[in-house]
Amino acid sequence: MELVAEKNTKNFTMNKESEQESKTKISIKNARVWYGDFEAVKGISMDIKPNSVTAFIGPSGCGKSTFLRLFNRMNDYIDGFRMEGKIKIDGTNIYNKKIHVEELRKEVGMVFQKPNPFPKSIYENVAYGLKIQGISDKKVLDSRVEKALRQADLWEEVKDDLKKSALALSGGQQQRLCIARTLAVEPSIILMDEPTSALDPISTAKIENLIFGLKEKYTIIIVTHNMQQASRISDYTAFFYIGELVEYSKTKTLFTKPEKKRTENYITGRFG
Amino acid sequence: MNKIQVNRWKDQLFKIWGIGCTLVGLILLVLFIGDILIDGIMRIDWGFVMNLPSRKAEKSGIYTALMGSLWILALTTIIAFPIGVAAAIYLEEYAKKGRFSALLEINISNLAGVPSIIYGLLGLEVFVRILNLGASVLAGSLTLSLLILPIIIVATRESIKAVPSTIRDASYALGASKWQTIWNQILPASSGGILTGVILSLSRAVGETAPLIVVGALAYVPFAPSNPMEEFSVLPIQIFNWISRPQHGFIENAAAAIIILLLVTFMMNAVAVYYRNKWQKKWN
Amino acid sequence: MRKFKEGFIEKTLLTSALITVAVTIGIVSVLAFEAVRFFKEVSIFDFFTDSQWTPLFTDKHYGILPLLSGTFLTSAIAISVALPIGLSISIYLSEYAPKSFRKTVKPMLELLAAIPTVVYGFFALIIVTPYLQGIFPNLSGFNSLSAGLVMGIMIIPFISSISEDALHAVPRELREASYGMGATKLQTAFKVVVPAASSGIIVSIILAISRAIGETMIVAVAAGQQPRLTLNPMVPIETITAYIVQVSLGDVQHGSIEYRTIFAAGITLFAFTFVLNTISYRIRKKYQSKYE
Repeated sequence: MELVAEKNTKNFTMNKESEQESKTKISIKNARVWYGDFEAVKGISMDIKPNSVTAFIGPSGCGKSTFLRLFNRMNDYIDGFRMEGKIKIDGTNIYNKKIHVEELRKEVGMVFQKPNPFPKSIYENVAYGLKIQGISDKKVLDSRVEKALRQADLWEEVKDDLKKSALALSGGQQQRLCIARTLAVEPSIILMDEPTSALDPISTAKIENLIFGLKEKYTIIIVTHNMQQASRISDYTAFFYIGELVEYSKTKTLFTKPEKKRTENYITGRFG
Repeated sequence: MNKIQVNRWKDQLFKIWGIGCTLVGLILLVLFIGDILIDGIMRIDWGFVMNLPSRKAEKSGIYTALMGSLWILALTTIIAFPIGVAAAIYLEEYAKKGRFSALLEINISNLAGVPSIIYGLLGLEVFVRILNLGASVLAGSLTLSLLILPIIIVATRESIKAVPSTIRDASYALGASKWQTIWNQILPASSGGILTGVILSLSRAVGETAPLIVVGALAYVPFAPSNPMEEFSVLPIQIFNWISRPQHGFIENAAAAIIILLLVTFMMNAVAVYYRNKWQKKWN
Repeated sequence: MRKFKEGFIEKTLLTSALITVAVTIGIVSVLAFEAVRFFKEVSIFDFFTDSQWTPLFTDKHYGILPLLSGTFLTSAIAISVALPIGLSISIYLSEYAPKSFRKTVKPMLELLAAIPTVVYGFFALIIVTPYLQGIFPNLSGFNSLSAGLVMGIMIIPFISSISEDALHAVPRELREASYGMGATKLQTAFKVVVPAASSGIIVSIILAISRAIGETMIVAVAAGQQPRLTLNPMVPIETITAYIVQVSLGDVQHGSIEYRTIFAAGITLFAFTFVLNTISYRIRKKYQSKYE
């Protein structure tokens, strides 16, 4: 499986089924990250299962966001970033020199901490990812925009205002718009970096429901500060502490019978 | 080729174009300065600096123009510095938000965009004619003072704004009056930024030509001015005069004078940047 | 006593601030006063329609159009150089360049704007024109082409610096959203960052235009002193500013019609820059707090 341009994107979809059998979507081997002299991620290895929700928890500054951003190479543009180790998605090392990050990011979508819609119309926001791929057929765009908005549970609320500025939406709607924007590109993996931390409880609940529904088709990794959220929506949970992976298991196990003392202290609220 | 590869290719192409554009300005700058150095550096000697202007290119010097520039610089500083800083203090510390302060603000922003030659027309009518100062050093300095006033005001306001409000609060809490707080705390704390702004504005004044021509500064003055009421020339006008002459000797003179003018301008800019960096470090 | 002193100081400071208002009033009234007297002798209609400007000849015509076309021509050439280059620089510096490169190059570029304009006049007349004459043999010794080109180089930093500030102020989150969907830096720059920073970029362009039409010494040195209604960049022309310099260098009697022509020309120039400055001020105020 290759992400290089000559072999084209099709490989991705073709290999999806077969990879699923091996039950590993993303495989990380001894990943280490430095920002200048500071080591932010200290040799983490883990496998992430397809069509599941995996939660990354841990106190702030534990490297979980940095780690998440490795999967779509979002750290590449940060000054002083350096990385070692291997990260394979569907068997392909994404840090291979031949990999095109643009191609990778179509496959690995991302939703950010603060809703960050572009200062454009709702429609333009969702169509953006398609347009930059060169899709300009109005019919295709219309149908993909509608599909994405429906998937993100936003269609009914905005279908009459598609031309309106996305900035006029509420915070929760904006975040669902950002999810729709990501879905429109049809990735297979969605990274979510504390997607509800800036939202009120009702909007948060809506997004959690959404995530629950999406895992059938997507592999979702969510970074969260909120342990209740992790236990509510995730199948697997990984606990990070100062750049290291302390414990990683089924969510139920991790929250009921944590193996490590440190994990227990954190989930019971003794620190963090 | 697929779409993504085309996009990557465009991306790389723009990157190269961007570097090219960035360098083209700098390269031209270097080429121009190099050419001027070649044209003029041999012409610079003690005589060139100390001689009076003359009909013969090889005997001509920049003494009167240089002295005129120094006079203008000194007087402009004396006039513009206190007024500019005072106006900025008023706007930043005293003026209440409202129509009046909004008007002052629009006004200053507009003045900053008025072409310098228009200031020349103002100076010609008000200072030269109405106040009857004639084409004197004083009239020229007053004109340039008005020209650089907006620059000084804007720079001073920025510097005052950057002073943390904690300093202000601490001073008031100790019972200091408003002016005591400004004079003892805020001005010393913002002096680096103010100095930077003033030096930059003066470097602009040193290079100004058009408004002084309009005010009536002369291309040929036989003596250096000895008081503010005398006629004068300045370096840029001397350069302008020499450029306009056909004989090659004068072009050489012009290049030599430009080297000296650029030296002055760049030095002032370097000092300003030095103070700015030093001052920025203080607050960061 | 202390109260008296504080009050006195405040009055003094206020007076200084009011001087700036006096300057504006001074400019407007001086220009208007002399221009009104000018228009008592020359009809406004002729001023705007006559295609000749020959106040210093015996056959006098007072049509501002040739000076306007000269000003327009040099400014247009300057902007068509400075806009693409300046904008490309700003995008390169804010979206591509390493931080350290940006930090060293920006002040160096700003040095371009610090060079006295008479020096640029020298470049245009002594270096650029002879060079261009090698390419275009029929280029006159005085022409708007080289004056415009050199002026364009001078105003590059106006566009690049102010635009770069505006681009830089666009939140990183917007860029990441775009990268996250597989956009290249170029796509992100033109589809997200530039539109988001458009007000700042427009302000920079307006300021550059305003600067170009008010620029004096480059055109006075290198573009000539022949007012003519043309858009041909190869021949000598005269701009409004160059005309004012030309008259100021000569011996013109105070109170004569020739003397007043420079104020009539001046008020025309002032009107243009005033409108441009006001527009840019409005845009700036309106969008100042967009990303703060």
